[in-house]
Amino acid sequence: MTTEPLETVQTANRGRPRNATPPIRAKARRASQRPRKSVTLTVLCAVMALYTLLPLAWLAINATKTQQNLFNSFGLWFKGFGFFSNVSNTFSYQHDIFGRWLLNTLLYVVVGAGGATMLATLAGYGLAKFDFAGKKAVFAIVIGAVAVPATALAVPTFLMFSKMGLTDTPWAIIIPSLISPFGLYLMWTFSADAVPAEIMESARMDGAGEFRTFFSVSLPLLGPGIVTVLLFNVVTTWNNYFLPLIMLKDQNWYPLTLGLSTWNDQAHTAGGDVVFNLVITGSVITIIPLIAAFLLLQRYWQSGLSAGSVKG
Amino acid sequence: MTSPPLDLARRPAPRRAAGRRRSLAGWKFVSPFMALFALVFLAPIGYSIYLSLYKTKLIGGTQFVGLQNYSDAIHDSQFWTSFARVALFLVVQVPIMLGLALLLALAIDSGRLYGAAFFRISVFLPYAVPAVVATLMWSFMYGTQFGLVRDIDKHFGVTLPDPLSPHLILASIGNIVTWEWVGYNMLIIYSALRVVNPSLYEAAAIEGAGQFRIIWSIKLPALRPALVIATIFSIIGSFQLFSEPSILKHLAPNAITTYYTPNYYAYSLSFDGQQFNYSATVAIVMGVATMIVAYAVQLRGMRKAG
Repeated sequence: MTTEPLETVQTANRGRPRNATPPIRAKARRASQRPRKSVTLTVLCAVMALYTLLPLAWLAINATKTQQNLFNSFGLWFKGFGFFSNVSNTFSYQHDIFGRWLLNTLLYVVVGAGGATMLATLAGYGLAKFDFAGKKAVFAIVIGAVAVPATALAVPTFLMFSKMGLTDTPWAIIIPSLISPFGLYLMWTFSADAVPAEIMESARMDGAGEFRTFFSVSLPLLGPGIVTVLLFNVVTTWNNYFLPLIMLKDQNWYPLTLGLSTWNDQAHTAGGDVVFNLVITGSVITIIPLIAAFLLLQRYWQSGLSAGSVKG
Repeated sequence: MTSPPLDLARRPAPRRAAGRRRSLAGWKFVSPFMALFALVFLAPIGYSIYLSLYKTKLIGGTQFVGLQNYSDAIHDSQFWTSFARVALFLVVQVPIMLGLALLLALAIDSGRLYGAAFFRISVFLPYAVPAVVATLMWSFMYGTQFGLVRDIDKHFGVTLPDPLSPHLILASIGNIVTWEWVGYNMLIIYSALRVVNPSLYEAAAIEGAGQFRIIWSIKLPALRPALVIATIFSIIGSFQLFSEPSILKHLAPNAITTYYTPNYYAYSLSFDGQQFNYSATVAIVMGVATMIVAYAVQLRGMRKAG
């Protein structure tokens, strides 16, 4: 996939973050033709925002309650303040296993999502910038794989891994996380536009090899795309539930999601310890890092996503 | 992953044709991905097909049975019940979710909103919430013990229908899935809107087109690829439905069966019933069904574009 120089310049503008200086054309549009703000439309969107934010508010409010207060207070208002004792109980419950789950999740995310992003970046760049025998086949196979349901793979992967002695080890979670067809697709569309062929050509003329060109010339240009793919991979790995559920028996390797659902299930088994307040507090702790990452990296991943969607 | 030694890539290739040099370089970038891809995608698919051709019997052990598992699946009413359920879910939930996502994206892109950036990020936030946490959270709110449903009943002296009852649980799951994914889809659509060339709007406005005309004639056609992709991902997601029902099962054991969705059925068959061969068959049938539907949607979407 090669791009015309002219189109490349335009794409550079398209992909820019919203809060950067808008291109002149967009500025003109705003001045001449931007419609007036609409209260009605704002109110309608506010209803939608309420729908998405209210459950999160419910979770945050109820993380401050003791188990008893959960049952005898109104769900959307405070009663007592036990957030910090809830947090310390969450971490100390069952011999501090929550901290272990948190570290496991971090391990899976750093190695799995980090590795997946690296592989997708290399392969997406390779598909976008080089012609090689079998390229079409590679692309067709990978895109076809997106449509393969997780279960179609889960059972045979489990049986395969169990023969290889990988089940109940972190590898059972990490290895499948390393492949992200969606990440590859995004990096392919992104690199097609973000790295002008002339720049690569001039690096080659200077005697740089393909990998040298990639690392010193192309990689910086791929920044927003990489951040976008990394964030999507982080979310997928952090939120992974099905794979750990089938691969892991040993609670010491559980990620947060599986641990939390196990704690919740206790309440529904005979004689099980009911710890709803810890499930709720643990849930809050589980989502805070991801929400923080999305908010902090907003401008990078949003520009990456816009540029990636050029091809659609 | 370690990259190959640099001098390998750096070796000048004056005598080789440019095409051949690139040919090698392209594979160098793609092969690490493809090697792992073969391990975690192609090998399990192959193994799955192999498994589906065998059957473990009480007497005689594991035997080659040809396509018998497939014919069993075709006559399996539990499988079809679960299939019909996700199909219904797909037909109702996906249009609602994508419709909301489309309206939101158009609203945020229109420039008519106060605080558009706030709406963009707040609608997207649920995407960062794991399905497990989203389901736990909603199940608490649905619940009669300390949920919002109980609170409303108590404070207003009414009796709301129980979201966890057998005839409402599918809608309740639909609500959770919509909540989780509406912002993600909005963002995909919104990103596609951002790359529409603004001069098209100017030209349309000069020719006297109103907002709705611009949406209908410029924005929607430009969004078609993004909408097709969002639809395909949603179809795959619906057919794979697992986390939400599996977590809600503890709260509503009567409403959610072990064959509630095809994915759940395949899971129960292998991990509760040890029927690995039949489970692989069910998973393959579902995989093929998913691909057929996704492919049909893609064809239809592309044909309209042409």
